[in-house]
Amino acid sequence: MSVIILLLGASLTVGIIFLVAFCWAVKSGQFEDDYSPAHRILFDEQANDQQP
Amino acid sequence: MITVETSCYHCGETCENTDILLDDKPFCCEGCKLVFELLNGNGLCTYYQLNGQPGAPQRSLARPDKFAFLEDEKIRQQLVQFRNDTHTHVTFYIPQIHCSSCLWLLEHLHKLDDGVQRVTVNFARKEAQVIFQQSQTSLRKVAELLTSIGYEPYISLQDLQHKKPAVNRQLIYQLGVAGFCFGNIMLLSFPEYFSGNGGMDTHLFRYLNLLLSLPVFLYSAQAFYRSAWGGLKHGFMNIDVPIVLAIIVTFTRSLIDIGTNSGAGYFDAMTGIVFFMLAGRVLQDKTYQGLSFDRDYTSYFPIAVTAIRGKKNVPVALPDIKEGETLLIHNNELVPADGILVKGSALIDYSFVTGEADPVPCLTGDLIYAGGRQLEGNIQLHTIKAVAQSYLTSLWNRQELQQDTHKQPSFIHLLGGHFTWVVLGITVLTAAWWGFHNPAKIWPSVTAILIIACPCALLLAASFTNGHILSILSRHKLYLRNAAAIERLAATDHIVFDKTGTLTDKQKAITVFNGRPLSRHERLQAAALAAQSTHPLSRMVRDFCGSNHIPVKDFEQVTGMGISGTVMKDTIRLGNAAFTDAAGIATTNGSVVYLSINGQVRGYFSIRNGYRTGIPSLILQLRKKYKLTVLSGDHARDESTLRKLMGAKATLRFLQQPQDKLDHILALQQQGQRVLMVGDGLNDAGALKQSDTGISLTEDSNNFTPASDGILAAANLPLLPHYIQLCKTSKRIILTSFIFSLAYNFTGLFFAVQGKLSPLTAAILMPASSISIILLTWSLSAMAGKKLHRKALQLTTDEDQSFACARS
Repeated sequence: MSVIILLLGASLTVGIIFLVAFCWAVKSGQFEDDYSPAHRILFDEQANDQQP
Repeated sequence: MITVETSCYHCGETCENTDILLDDKPFCCEGCKLVFELLNGNGLCTYYQLNGQPGAPQRSLARPDKFAFLEDEKIRQQLVQFRNDTHTHVTFYIPQIHCSSCLWLLEHLHKLDDGVQRVTVNFARKEAQVIFQQSQTSLRKVAELLTSIGYEPYISLQDLQHKKPAVNRQLIYQLGVAGFCFGNIMLLSFPEYFSGNGGMDTHLFRYLNLLLSLPVFLYSAQAFYRSAWGGLKHGFMNIDVPIVLAIIVTFTRSLIDIGTNSGAGYFDAMTGIVFFMLAGRVLQDKTYQGLSFDRDYTSYFPIAVTAIRGKKNVPVALPDIKEGETLLIHNNELVPADGILVKGSALIDYSFVTGEADPVPCLTGDLIYAGGRQLEGNIQLHTIKAVAQSYLTSLWNRQELQQDTHKQPSFIHLLGGHFTWVVLGITVLTAAWWGFHNPAKIWPSVTAILIIACPCALLLAASFTNGHILSILSRHKLYLRNAAAIERLAATDHIVFDKTGTLTDKQKAITVFNGRPLSRHERLQAAALAAQSTHPLSRMVRDFCGSNHIPVKDFEQVTGMGISGTVMKDTIRLGNAAFTDAAGIATTNGSVVYLSINGQVRGYFSIRNGYRTGIPSLILQLRKKYKLTVLSGDHARDESTLRKLMGAKATLRFLQQPQDKLDHILALQQQGQRVLMVGDGLNDAGALKQSDTGISLTEDSNNFTPASDGILAAANLPLLPHYIQLCKTSKRIILTSFIFSLAYNFTGLFFAVQGKLSPLTAAILMPASSISIILLTWSLSAMAGKKLHRKALQLTTDEDQSFACARS
């Protein structure tokens, strides 16, 4: 039985960590603009110096 | 004849002449070439590699002192968000942002100006936050730099008056908390479900469940409490009332069960429905960040205008303009306050304010109303009213527009109400029956009925269907303000159209030459002369006659009168009757341009707006099902054409002031008709607001539309009957799902009235019904969406065919 209590504590802690992470993500506005971060990561810094 | 069209390397527009070249790349105008040169010189050509032809046409360049007002300390203070000794943070709204190239270029702005430290683009809001060092650059320079690369920031009076409201994220947090608690409660309930009698000790799990359900009960469900209370305060039982009742009863019952050690409670079922209903609500309330449905006049007005004070031009913030001030209005600028013309000759386009199609020429001493747009040259204006008292502003501040019109509650609330009474009836009967036979069973059976029979399935069906329909409509470029608009659009039985800019296309002119037909030679002469002027009427004459590059000598332009010049040894004059000595020639009403060759009047071009593509077949479809009305602010000269188009039964009214339009809508509503108003201008604002559904039409979504329930891309207007059809289907889908969900309710009730509803039964029934309802509504609305998509495809192919016919 005590093992279950330990597991309960562990699973709830993990759950709470994810909840806090979710709240932080919402607060920092990550769900508001789903276009720019997705494209920004694809930009190649080196490409700037090339000429077309 | 096959001609190879070259398109501009910068913006993709068709190049009319091919002599603007750089690095073998064609450009449509000097402006586009200039942007390319600037970017090429700074190694920013990735801009053109990410997307082909990503720019916007740069034909009309902003005047150099346009952003002079940004040097004004008072205006600057209100625009910047943050400023310290070295850095300034400012956010610009840039309507032109549309692709990843824009994103890339704007975020590499520091390559063009060392003072710029960082630019962060919010794509959904079309905003760019710029951080710059004021020692090296200034707000004005940043704005001008953005303008020079084709991303002119839009700064309106609205930016000055109130800050944008913060995004409301509470619902998302509530959903997150509910999801977390629901998942964990489900998990912690498993021992309870499967341990059977005398199995393991489940007390700890029960207390944990109770603890986890508290945030849901006290925090996540708040939205429902608030809406239920709001309804009850107005003596109206909306659908949230029985849902809140069910939540409270479930919680109390579970609390008592655990307290008296008689059961595990129904926390899993309760948190489950709250979670699903919140998910539906989030989906339904998803807003379009890039669009605004509540614009007022402040977003049309510039933030500052040029005033002439002591012979000097100074930029003055608009609210500081008082009466008796002299303003300098540049070409293509909005007149911000009512005033008297003191210098220059004005040609004012009032189409946005009054719906009149033709620009109005004004002479010195004439009164010019706010909201008009000056079309040619610069003028000076002596203001007679402050901005806040102007005609346009008063249009907006009228009583009718301020009060919230009472709109019919959704059928869901009515249905939910009936449903609740039936449930309450069953509850009373069950209580009576058990009171007679076994009073100990009253409490468990009554609470079980209230738990199981909550109309959450109806709410779920409604919110998920509405959410999906809204997103389908937005994919076809009809952006509705909220879910309530779907239902009102479906109920439409009378459609009112505005004419100018709605049925007709302001860009599409039908030009007819009256008089002895022109020879090819004469046509070329007229076109060559017309090509010299940027006046809208000249442009239409040029388009009609076929543009060319024949040189014109002795070109002369008399503002407000016409143009003259020598083309191929003939003196050509284009202009009004006085300019061409054509007085006495009878004409039809409307815009007329006379043509004279060597002093001989040859005839006149009459120019009127053409109807949009697809309008005749649209009206034919609508005529069968709906009553139609056209309210036009324009003259009645198009009456015969319009009558033919709209059919004998349609009501046509001309010369309608904004007030008349609104009154007409009111009169229709008093006859019990559900009115859909489709309009585009400020003159329709009152009517759009008063009608049951107001849809404003826009050429592109960056444009500014008056406050309305929906914004529709003008090219998609012919799809209107199919949009309405989809909205009608939406109601059927909700009802089908609701009837389907009743099966679950009855199964649950069967156990509940006997007082035998076990937590396990409830825990299976609740999520099973919720999920199956969601799947059902989703697939049904996706099917309806496919149908709309097919119609849209059919429409474009029809258009292509008719276009091909017209060309051949």
